[in-house]
Amino acid sequence: MFNFLKKKSTENEEQKQTIITPYSAADITELKDTIYDVIRTIKDPEKPNTLEQLEVVYEDGIMVSQPRTSEFFVVRIEFNPTIPHCSLATLIGLCIRIKVERNIPNRIKLDIFIKKGAHATEEEINKQINDKERIAAAMENPNLKEMVENCIMEEDC
Amino acid sequence: MGKLELVQSLKTDSGRIWNVSWHPKGTALASCGEDKSIRIWTKDLRGKWINKVVLTDGHKRTIRQIAWSPSGNYLASASFDATTCIWDKKCGEFECNATLEGHDNEVKSVAWSSSGLFLATCSRDKSVWVWEVNDEDEYDCTSVINSHTQDVKKVVFHPSDNFLASCSYDDTIKLYKDEPSEFEWICYETLKGHTSTVWSISYDSTGTRLASCSDDCTVKIWKEYPTGFPPGNGGPTWKCICTLDGYHDRTIYDISWCHSTGLIATACGDDCIRVFKEDAGSDSDAPTFSMVTKEKGHNQDVNCVTWNPEVPGLLASCSDDGDIKLWEFKK
Repeated sequence: MFNFLKKKSTENEEQKQTIITPYSAADITELKDTIYDVIRTIKDPEKPNTLEQLEVVYEDGIMVSQPRTSEFFVVRIEFNPTIPHCSLATLIGLCIRIKVERNIPNRIKLDIFIKKGAHATEEEINKQINDKERIAAAMENPNLKEMVENCIMEEDC
Repeated sequence: MGKLELVQSLKTDSGRIWNVSWHPKGTALASCGEDKSIRIWTKDLRGKWINKVVLTDGHKRTIRQIAWSPSGNYLASASFDATTCIWDKKCGEFECNATLEGHDNEVKSVAWSSSGLFLATCSRDKSVWVWEVNDEDEYDCTSVINSHTQDVKKVVFHPSDNFLASCSYDDTIKLYKDEPSEFEWICYETLKGHTSTVWSISYDSTGTRLASCSDDCTVKIWKEYPTGFPPGNGGPTWKCICTLDGYHDRTIYDISWCHSTGLIATACGDDCIRVFKEDAGSDSDAPTFSMVTKEKGHNQDVNCVTWNPEVPGLLASCSDDGDIKLWEFKK
C-alpha cells in the first residue's frame, strides 16, 4: 500500500544517501485514496457521525501535487464545516492534520483549508491550523489532546 | 555559486528539534526540542562533535528555544510550559538555578542583550517581557510590552546596543528601546510588509539592518535611517530595502545573518537550506542579493539555522526529522 513512499538507501560509513524512486500518476491517485481513507472515519467532535457522513470531508477535497524539484508531495485538504459559525472548525482541522501526519509517513507537506466561503472566520482558522508551532503546543494541552484522540480513534481496531 | 558541505550529522532519537544555539566562543552547541531536554554538543579529541550533556529536569513541555549568555556561563531555555529556565555551571555541572514565570502560556523565544544585563522573552500571550539580570542570579521583570496583536514568535537583541526586535503571527516586526527616563522598554517602530506570520529575524553585524523571514515565503531586508526617510526627515525610521521573493517554496522558519561573512542562511519548510550573498557594489538603499547555494538539508522541515560566531562559514541546522547537521559553506 505504501509503495510510493519506499526509498532505496545506500549507506556510506559517514552519511546516508537517499535515492528517491520517481512517482507516477498512479502513485498520486493511490496517495489520494489512502489519505481519504484516513480522514473519512474521523468523528465529528459533537455529533455521532463521521466527517464523511456529514460531508465535512469529501474525495474531491484532496489535492496532491509534486513540485518538480522536490522529493515530497504537497497535499492540500479542503473541508467544509457544516455551519458558517461552527466553533469546532479549528478542532476539526486539528484532527485532520494529526491523523494524516500519524498515518502517512514523511515525504508529504500538508496544507489544510476551509472550503472558500464556508466559514465566517475562514482566514483566521486557516492560518491557525497551518501553523505547526501552534499545532505542537495544542497537542501538549491535555484537554485538547484528549478531544483530538477521541475524534481520530479507530473504532474497528 | 558556493556549496554547503556536510561536516557532521548529529543524530538524535528525540523527535522534532526546534532550535540549536552556538556557545559565544563557538566551541559548543546546544539543542532542544519536543523531548523537553537540552543537549550540549562539544568536540572530542578526534574533532568529532559528540553529545556530552543532557539536561532533562527543567521543563514539563516542549523546549522551543535556547540561548547562551554572552559570557557563555548561562543558558536560557524557553518552553511551551510557560516558563523560562536559566541554567548555570556554578556547581560544576549545568543546573537550573532560576525559573522565570509570568507568561500566560507558551514561551516561544528567549534572548540575552549583548551586555548580558537584559533578558527578553515572548509568548503566545502576545507580550514581550524584558528582565533585568542582577548580581545574585535574580531576574526582575522591568517591562511587559503588549504591542503585538497576536503570538510573538521571536525576540532578538541588537548586536551591541540596548535595542530589541520581535516578530509575530500578526505579520509585523516591532523594535524596542530602553527608555531610562521611564525605567521601561518601549516600542518605537513597527515594520509592516510581510503578508503572513513573521517567524524569525536576524540583525547584521552593525545592527543597522535586519533580515526577516515569513510564512509568506519571502525574506525582507530592513534598513535603519537614523535621520528619517528620506534622510533629514526627522527621527529614526526603518524601511524595507529588499525583498527576496520566488526562492522559497514553503514557510521560512528561520534566518541567520553571519556577522563575519555577511552571508544570510534560511531554514525552510521545503527541507532546504539556502544561502544568500549581497552582490558586490549593490546600492546600499536598494541592495541586491543572490542565492549562492540551495541544499536539501534534511528529510523534513528545517526549523533553525545558525552561523557559528567564531568559525566563518560553519553553519548548524536542525529539523523535524530529529537530526542536527553541521555544514561548511565553501565558495
